[in-house]
Amino acid sequence: MAGSTLASPTAEAAPAPSAVSGRDTWRRFRRHRLAVVSVGVLGLLVLAVVVGGWVWPVAIDEIDFAATLQGPSWAHPLGTDDLGQDLLARMIYGGRISLAVGFAAMIVATVVGVVVGALAGMSRRFLDPFLMWLTDLFLSLPQLPLLLLIIYLFRDQLKQVFGVEGGVFVMIVAVIGGLRWMPVARLVRAQFLSLREKEFVEAARSQGATTWHLVTRHILPNAIGPVIVAATIEVSSAIIAESTLSFLGLGFPPDIPTWGRLLYDAKDHLDVAPHWALFPGAAIFLTVLSINFIGDGLRDALDPRRVL
Amino acid sequence: MGAYLLRRLLIAIPSLIGISLILFTVLALAPGDPFGELATNPNVPPEVREALRAKFGLDDPILVRYLHWLTAMLQGDWGFSFASRVDVDDLILQRLPTTLFVVGSSQVLALVIAVPVGILAAIRPYSLFDQVANTLAFVGFSLPTFFTGLLFILLFSLTLDWLPFVYQADIAATGWRWAWEHVRQAIMPVCVLGFFQAASYTRYVRASVLDVARLDYVTTARAKGLSDGTVTIRHIARNALIPVVTLVALQIPAVFGGAIVTEQIFRIPGIGSLLINAMLANDTPVVMAVTFVFACLVVLFNLVADLLYGWLDPRISYR
Repeated sequence: MAGSTLASPTAEAAPAPSAVSGRDTWRRFRRHRLAVVSVGVLGLLVLAVVVGGWVWPVAIDEIDFAATLQGPSWAHPLGTDDLGQDLLARMIYGGRISLAVGFAAMIVATVVGVVVGALAGMSRRFLDPFLMWLTDLFLSLPQLPLLLLIIYLFRDQLKQVFGVEGGVFVMIVAVIGGLRWMPVARLVRAQFLSLREKEFVEAARSQGATTWHLVTRHILPNAIGPVIVAATIEVSSAIIAESTLSFLGLGFPPDIPTWGRLLYDAKDHLDVAPHWALFPGAAIFLTVLSINFIGDGLRDALDPRRVL
Repeated sequence: MGAYLLRRLLIAIPSLIGISLILFTVLALAPGDPFGELATNPNVPPEVREALRAKFGLDDPILVRYLHWLTAMLQGDWGFSFASRVDVDDLILQRLPTTLFVVGSSQVLALVIAVPVGILAAIRPYSLFDQVANTLAFVGFSLPTFFTGLLFILLFSLTLDWLPFVYQADIAATGWRWAWEHVRQAIMPVCVLGFFQAASYTRYVRASVLDVARLDYVTTARAKGLSDGTVTIRHIARNALIPVVTLVALQIPAVFGGAIVTEQIFRIPGIGSLLINAMLANDTPVVMAVTFVFACLVVLFNLVADLLYGWLDPRISYR
């Protein structure tokens, strides 16, 4: 690229004006009471699954036939399953996996989405129509059947490479992330299309900034607000997707009790042990609901057009 | 209209081809040989195996295999189910109506809830009704269908004993009793799917009505002295619902995903539960065919939504 050397040291353009400052964002975010409550709820849930293993050091696979299908008690605060395994310990362990899948899949989806959207948004020739066609194509794919199909076909091979736990984790994260990048890509492209014509971008370009510099230092920072919101929602849909797979019996194997897997195991014992299904179900619901509320709060907080 | 229809059809074809390419690539990349069983079977001599491979074209170049596969799929020659020893297309045709019935009714239910609630919420933004509707919508789409399904079974079947929780395709009754039993067993699955979709549709309708309500022509209509009801229904709602068609179309893949889950919970004999059972039984021809059918259904309904859009909005019809 021509002239990436700057004309003078001071010509290092001032950082692009971030849409809203951090303190301002927090002030706006606080107005959304449910979102603030949700941050607390989600924080507690994350804390519980992260440190819960030390506070409640019960083995997840300790079988006790003297205590099968028991309701909540002091010995087993969330009851036991059909093998007498402690559900609290299993939920803490499974929660880590469920949340980790959610966040990891969000990162995959967001990175792919930002890259595709940025490429499409910066291209002025054939790349943009092609990438948008691809995005539309992916949007009209039947996601759950395809997700199931890929897992069905590739399960055994990945298990050999990464081991049972790692293989399923890598595959589920990759597949969920790989099938959910489209909303982010569309958002990023739309932002890029309008931002790349703005004066401050032109000014930077006239100073000889490379396309890479333009994208990473000027355009992307200004497009990041909606991406953060979309990424937040992505976490909750990834958690639902993983739970759905496990609930259908095609996600994690039985010895890795994610919340969806617990529900799958519990669904045939609803009449005698409703607690077994209710606790993991409520955990999924609370996590997803609080993430969605946080996303809504962020949407209000990061939208610069909104005057609060 | 005819030209528009043709254009839309021509757009649908590449996306169908694209989807079939993706499906085929997934299948072709997958490890494991469809004839793996034959390879490990000592009773099958290697030359027979090679002959079979040649007969089914497994050693052909990949493009040739794709074209073979695609023509077979288009001709309805979907193979033979390993597990139930029936032609795959018979199996699917048998089960498709049930799925379409459940999905269709749930969509009707979702729209019947979402349209009035969304409009009412938007014409009084930030009112108590709006806030309650908004919160409920959030709860609605944060409750995954598999959990609502289990909650419904727990409440209505096990605790109250009002509704059956296993769906039966053939009910041993006739006349009104047959219809009544059908409705009773469909209530829970339809509600589970319908409520989930209604939650997101409500938000679409609300956002769309909010956008339209501040346009100038609405002010004109009010200034003419039309009543609030007339303005809302005849002027705002009619225009606001057009973009909702597109948003509903975008939800179609998710709707079929939800159908798979509900069919599995309530043991509805539709193609979703067929897919899951085929996967658990390693029945690859059925798995491929059902996935392909789901893809076709999504493309088909997207096409319907496009046509509906063209019919509803004369501004874009003949572009």
